[in-house]
Amino acid sequence: MATSEAVASSAHFDPQPNKRRLRGQIFLWSCFAATSVGVVLLAILLVDIMRQGMGRLSLEFLGNYPSRFPERAGIRSALFGTMWVVAFTGLFSFPLGVGTAIYLEEYAPRNWLTRVIETNIANLAGVPSIVYGVLGLAVFVRAMSMGRSVLAGAATLALLILPIVIISSQEAIRAVPPSIREAGFGVGATKWQALQHLVLPIAFPGILTGMILALSRAIGETAPLIMIGALTFIAFTPNTPLDEFTVLPIQIFNWAARPQAGFHELAAAGIIVLLVALLSMNAAAIILRNRLRKEV
Amino acid sequence: MSQAVNEAAISSGTGRHTLAMSRGRAWRERGVRGALLACGLVSILTTAGIVIVLAWESFGFFIEVSPWEFLTDTKWTPLFRPQHFGVLPLVAGSFLVAVGASFIALPVGLASAIFLAEYAPERARKILKPILEVLAGIPTVVYGYFALTFITPLIRKVFPDTSVFNAASAAVVVGIMIVPMVASLSEDALRSVPRALREASLGLGATKFETVTRVVVPAALSGIIASFILAISRAIGETMAVTLAAGATPKLTLNPLESIQTMTAYIVQVSLGDTPFGSIEYRTIFAVGLLLFLITLSLNILSRFVLKRFREVYE
Repeated sequence: MATSEAVASSAHFDPQPNKRRLRGQIFLWSCFAATSVGVVLLAILLVDIMRQGMGRLSLEFLGNYPSRFPERAGIRSALFGTMWVVAFTGLFSFPLGVGTAIYLEEYAPRNWLTRVIETNIANLAGVPSIVYGVLGLAVFVRAMSMGRSVLAGAATLALLILPIVIISSQEAIRAVPPSIREAGFGVGATKWQALQHLVLPIAFPGILTGMILALSRAIGETAPLIMIGALTFIAFTPNTPLDEFTVLPIQIFNWAARPQAGFHELAAAGIIVLLVALLSMNAAAIILRNRLRKEV
Repeated sequence: MSQAVNEAAISSGTGRHTLAMSRGRAWRERGVRGALLACGLVSILTTAGIVIVLAWESFGFFIEVSPWEFLTDTKWTPLFRPQHFGVLPLVAGSFLVAVGASFIALPVGLASAIFLAEYAPERARKILKPILEVLAGIPTVVYGYFALTFITPLIRKVFPDTSVFNAASAAVVVGIMIVPMVASLSEDALRSVPRALREASLGLGATKFETVTRVVVPAALSGIIASFILAISRAIGETMAVTLAAGATPKLTLNPLESIQTMTAYIVQVSLGDTPFGSIEYRTIFAVGLLLFLITLSLNILSRFVLKRFREVYE
């Protein structure tokens, strides 16, 4: 009995402890190496882009319109377009996303409709962004005849980031302790009054953090906006939400797709501006998150 | 805080002093509830919109081109004559990139997850996690630029015959892009394995390495595989990096050094061009979009099924 067990285990485990320990060390270091791959790649990517784009960064680059001549081209229209689109995307997705989150967390009964809504949100989060572009093209640009406007682009992106806004808002609302609500009910508040005056103010920083992260996703999106026809060459800034527009990632795509090295440098400079915007949004979100942790 | 409580108390103190809700308040409650439900229904309308648009426009396409031809013809040349509407080259392109990306992302992502969940000291985790998050947040067009100006020249140094646009370069950056996703989801799966299992294994005399590879990873396998499937789905839906790096030549090939075209890159190509709306050429993007939607949706559902069906349940 004992011998047969020993035989069986020796088939699985090397009887020499040193060898087993060595194998463990090799494994540990390969896992560490794999994790470093991410760090190293990020460093290479940033250095490569800085090296190519830094020389092009200047006030003229920020203030000029795009041009056929790389030395005169800039990102003014793309920068303004991005700001317009992001502002409206936030305007659309904030009430819809937070409203859905409040409904699911506070009101929804456990029935089939709630389950359908929840499964549906999980599925929407996995739909490729270009499919949202197809939807935006058919519904907003064509059927609702918004044209290739800021409004159509923002509506499309709002639907795209809606699952992120909903899920992060749900987490923020869930984190508010039930005792707060009960205190409200105790002094005679209705459900909505307790939510409006007690729960939502506490959940707000968390909701805002999620919102900023969702918008930073929207800033980097390219494919759905190309689908709805955001132009790649545009020499004016939008004045109303119904104007045509371009955004930073599309301008970068346009320059990167050209063969001349001059335009590649412009693309790299555009990427630096885009990454600075993204990183500062992420930093803002992290600061907000930390402040929130201290208070509760 | 306390001020808000006071306000609520005061506002409920005004008006009639009954325990039952006044009619006005009851109506407002119902109104709020209805408005919130309406917000929730927008997400359902979005899905319905996607399905209806894709199905309707594809229907127009399939009246002229039989689904059989679409799925079996091996040539995709809708934009010039003679027209062929065989989607296989595009599907093959998408899968070539996705499989190539998996070769990088799955082992690297899983190893990172194991390191973060089992080995890394808290201080290292605090540095590594945000770096992975930044990697995940970089816009895909940036990865496309990186593929074109950094990865491709590198590949061409090793294999000089490589085309300027090639599947390998796209696969490498898409792989980099989905590493954070595999790492973070697999890490969650590894972390949810109860401590007692690890301690039992260590107590029987297994080394840490044996515990991780023969106890913890198998116990978390459903979550790990679910993360793999989600990552592949993400790779198939990836658009800008493959549009920039992989080229615009629909081709049935297994050679990653050649120029190919994916389903997503084709859709971008058509919407950048001046194909007239309503023409058969234009409708191809909806048929391709429908196929893309169905493939990614089934992968996402499969991933959730694996997670549910094969989860080891612990007390």
